[in-house]
Amino acid sequence: MINIYEVLETNDMIEKENLDVRTITLGISLLSCIDSNLESLNEKIYNRITTVAKDLVPTGKAIEKEFGIPVVNKRISVTPAAIAGASACKTPEDFVTIAQTLDKAAKATGVNFIGGYSALVSKGMTESDELLIRSIPKALASTDFVCSSVNLGSTKTGLNMDVVKLMGEIVHDTAAETADRDSIGCAKLVVFCNAPDDNPFMAGAFHGVTEADEIINVGVSGPGVMRKALESVRGADFGTLCEKVKKTAFKITRVGQLVAREASKRMNVPFGIIDLSLAPTPAVGDSIADIFEEMGLQRAGAPGTTAALALLNDQVKKGGIMASSYVGGLSGAFIPVSEDQGMINAVEDGALTLEKLEAMTCVCSVGLDMIAIPGDTKPSTISGIIADEMAIGMINQKTTAARLIPVIGKGVGETVEFGGLLGHAPVMPVNQFDCSGFINRGGRIPAPVHSFKN
Amino acid sequence: MKKTVVTVVGKDSVGIIAKVCTYLANNSVNILDISQTIVDGFFNMMMIVDVAVCSKDFETFSHELEQIGGEMNCIIKAQREDIFDSMHRL
Repeated sequence: MINIYEVLETNDMIEKENLDVRTITLGISLLSCIDSNLESLNEKIYNRITTVAKDLVPTGKAIEKEFGIPVVNKRISVTPAAIAGASACKTPEDFVTIAQTLDKAAKATGVNFIGGYSALVSKGMTESDELLIRSIPKALASTDFVCSSVNLGSTKTGLNMDVVKLMGEIVHDTAAETADRDSIGCAKLVVFCNAPDDNPFMAGAFHGVTEADEIINVGVSGPGVMRKALESVRGADFGTLCEKVKKTAFKITRVGQLVAREASKRMNVPFGIIDLSLAPTPAVGDSIADIFEEMGLQRAGAPGTTAALALLNDQVKKGGIMASSYVGGLSGAFIPVSEDQGMINAVEDGALTLEKLEAMTCVCSVGLDMIAIPGDTKPSTISGIIADEMAIGMINQKTTAARLIPVIGKGVGETVEFGGLLGHAPVMPVNQFDCSGFINRGGRIPAPVHSFKN
Repeated sequence: MKKTVVTVVGKDSVGIIAKVCTYLANNSVNILDISQTIVDGFFNMMMIVDVAVCSKDFETFSHELEQIGGEMNCIIKAQREDIFDSMHRL
């Protein structure tokens, strides 16, 4: 039988170290809603989401109460809108109506975010994909909870550089459309290489076309738990350190597995995957940077940070895989800047630069995340940063992403405040040398040689 | 059997266990195991109870225990045992 010390350990993790289930994300396929009439499509989408997800928030709350663990977010991901809206939408404005329908459905069901205003264009772009991408600035400016993502490359297909160029402009336009709110639209827009179909985390969640009609994916988190656990192995060798990370990740994932199973049973929706990601929040102690400091680095960004992140990411995966039969999504360690107080401190102290963050994304689970850059950054420069990040994903056969926020009207040294989970961020300097000649070439970068495994 | 873990954390005072046990008995909740310890000067008690025939639904049960805790300046939580089992048992 469980003993009092085990109970106290679990409850300390929850109460003192911010252990939580970060999200229960309900994936909903919209393929059955496809219609050539826009009005009818919107109606079907709204009805489908509000019917399937009507019990999502109450279920999350009931689980929270019964197990005594916070379920911070309840979210929905849907089939990429560029697919669902392909036969009905003839203009970007038509697509904006879908975004507004998704927003309305999110509000009606009480979820925090709805993801899937997306296009999958890693090799080529259909007319519908392009219309959706061009609608993103207006869609994100006129909605509150809709998240958008564009997958523009993969190890198998190479990089779609036409879309890389386009996304530089779209990110810039999205910032401009929401300039009155510190360009917050860009916090809900992410570009991917090798995007997973079952990611429960925003802004990049969408319900992939490889998925069933409905699915429950759960994201667990706990950087604070990890940091606390590492206190007990201070100064020990790497073998001991790695073992500790692995065991802690195992414990956290098991809780996620339990919650996922419960949610799946109660909602009668199949369980998909657990995404074990150390996802920081602005709360004190809930920080990846603090883990680096506990490992022995003065600040995140100091020499050794990439190695520290590599071992953290790998051991988290190893512990997680042992704890759940179905681990998926992004699983690893996120390194957002604005959402992590320790990372913000590191940037403000001059320890962490955009270039070091890029190096770190070679070994983290996602990529350049929630990074505020000067509002006057040229679209081609944004495309250049995206291209670099996507190339890392393509060559290393991993997911990479870029969520950059050119804050209109602000420059290096100023701070931008997003509030809530999105936190605040110092505007970081960007390399000023021009890359437009490279970006303007257009076309595709071919898939790397090691992708030919057939 | 539906096992639930009830934890009581707070400053030690006369009658904490008595009050919690009385509440449990009044609601047909059987105590399977009970242990206590002092951590950092705070009284920590854990009970494993069976709520299979509890006369209240879980939400009311947990809420009323919380209220009793409030009256005695301690924190009382009721959680399904599964969360601890998942984390600490293979």
